[in-house]
Amino acid sequence: MEAKTKLKRTPLYQSHIDLGGKMVDFAGWEMPVQYSTLLEEHLAVRNNVGIFDISHMGQLIVSGASSQKFLNYLLTNDVSKLNVGDAQYTLMCNEQGGVIDDLYVYYIEDDKYLLIINASRTDVDLSHILYVLNSYPEKSKVCIDFLKNAGAVAVQGPKAVDVIQTIINSPSIDGAQVNTPLELKKNQIGKFNFNGEPIYISRTGYTGEDGFELFSSGKSIVQFWEQVFGQRERFQIKPAGLGARDTLRLEACYPLYGNELDEQTTPFEAGLKIFVSLEKGEFVGRKALMKSTEIKRRCIAFKMIEKTPPPRHGYFVWSDTVQDKPIGAVTSGTHSPMLGIGIGMAYVLTEFSPAGTKLNIEIRGKKYPAELVKKPFYKKS
Amino acid sequence: MENIPDKLKYTKTHEWVKIDGDVATVGITDHAQHELSDIVFLELPHVGRRVKVGEACAVVESHKTASDIYSPLSGEITDANSKLLNDLSIINSDPYGEGWFFKIKISNRDEVTRLLSAADYKQIIAA
Repeated sequence: MEAKTKLKRTPLYQSHIDLGGKMVDFAGWEMPVQYSTLLEEHLAVRNNVGIFDISHMGQLIVSGASSQKFLNYLLTNDVSKLNVGDAQYTLMCNEQGGVIDDLYVYYIEDDKYLLIINASRTDVDLSHILYVLNSYPEKSKVCIDFLKNAGAVAVQGPKAVDVIQTIINSPSIDGAQVNTPLELKKNQIGKFNFNGEPIYISRTGYTGEDGFELFSSGKSIVQFWEQVFGQRERFQIKPAGLGARDTLRLEACYPLYGNELDEQTTPFEAGLKIFVSLEKGEFVGRKALMKSTEIKRRCIAFKMIEKTPPPRHGYFVWSDTVQDKPIGAVTSGTHSPMLGIGIGMAYVLTEFSPAGTKLNIEIRGKKYPAELVKKPFYKKS
Repeated sequence: MENIPDKLKYTKTHEWVKIDGDVATVGITDHAQHELSDIVFLELPHVGRRVKVGEACAVVESHKTASDIYSPLSGEITDANSKLLNDLSIINSDPYGEGWFFKIKISNRDEVTRLLSAADYKQIIAA
């Protein structure tokens, strides 16, 4: 067995064990990779509803009179476009324009933002944020608070609305844009009362389905989970692990930090240009991104043409027209439960990036034909 | 509890072996199929291939990973269960029966004595 390092546990750890979750090390957290089978959990989210523990993700509060200005300097998307109750996908870059992390910003109250960052990037993000803040002129008017012992879950799938409206049945508090969670539109967040505790509910997710993400104290999130499973039969809900989370996000073509994104990759290469506002004024990485007009490689989606072994991270991508070297490499791959065939994302040289381009994926020394396709593989109906 | 038939031999890499004269039938254990769960692809060795003990000679893939299957003995592959390629779920539903992977003509009888008993294997997966 590998050397034992002390893994962190979320407030829902015991619930995972009780549900038969198979626990693995994910970014230093002991997390469920699956409970029943990946396929069952994947299909539950696509056809009905599934619930994920996402308490391992970092929760950060940025507040203060200059919080908006600071976030607009720290992040690539334009935070000033948000009203209280809005959420935005964004990126944090280094001076070279490489991606430090991809994250969600939720504007939760006047001069107060909730940032949800990747578990695997929490330490790097925090030191980067504090480094940028340290030389920020208005640093005295910005407060950064990393929430410890917080909890979060994602309820995802076409029937997610049933679960949320049954469990959260009191109106919103503190001037949210909506009265009930069901009124939330995609990328909106509201504050609600749950058993006397505040809980933030947003209409966001990482599966390509309708759904909600809930953020609160660890204690409240455990209560929420228990109430959901108290009515498990009624909701026909399944707990879903990191395995299904990965295949779901890949079908939806959402990037995963460490696979499609890293510090050597720009948002432009990753196909995330719409989340970069070059017009909003200065931000970390802007100068480098302004200069990067020629994009040499791009993140693309491909699917295998016939039944083959599933493509995997690291496999080489070849073109029939270039004999001596690969034109790229796979960053994520799996057997798609919805398409029933191998799918993946890869970085390839820009000249090979139009949809319809014929590719070959090298798997254990053999080349198998694939076709470059438009993102995403799966779109909810 | 997982099923570990007493009459079979095992490897620490989760293959089972059934010895029949000088031919060994090989598959993956109930524990292994359970760990892999949904199997989405299988690559079997060609009949006639000569393999050494511990050599990777088949690949099982789930949604998440590709896992090598190692030959438990040295010898020549005499048969591969191509029926599995049409219905991979047999590996999950009948790992010790219809879910067998390949057969080997044993070239070194000494290696047979080094295979694990059911009791040894039980200890390994409990650890």
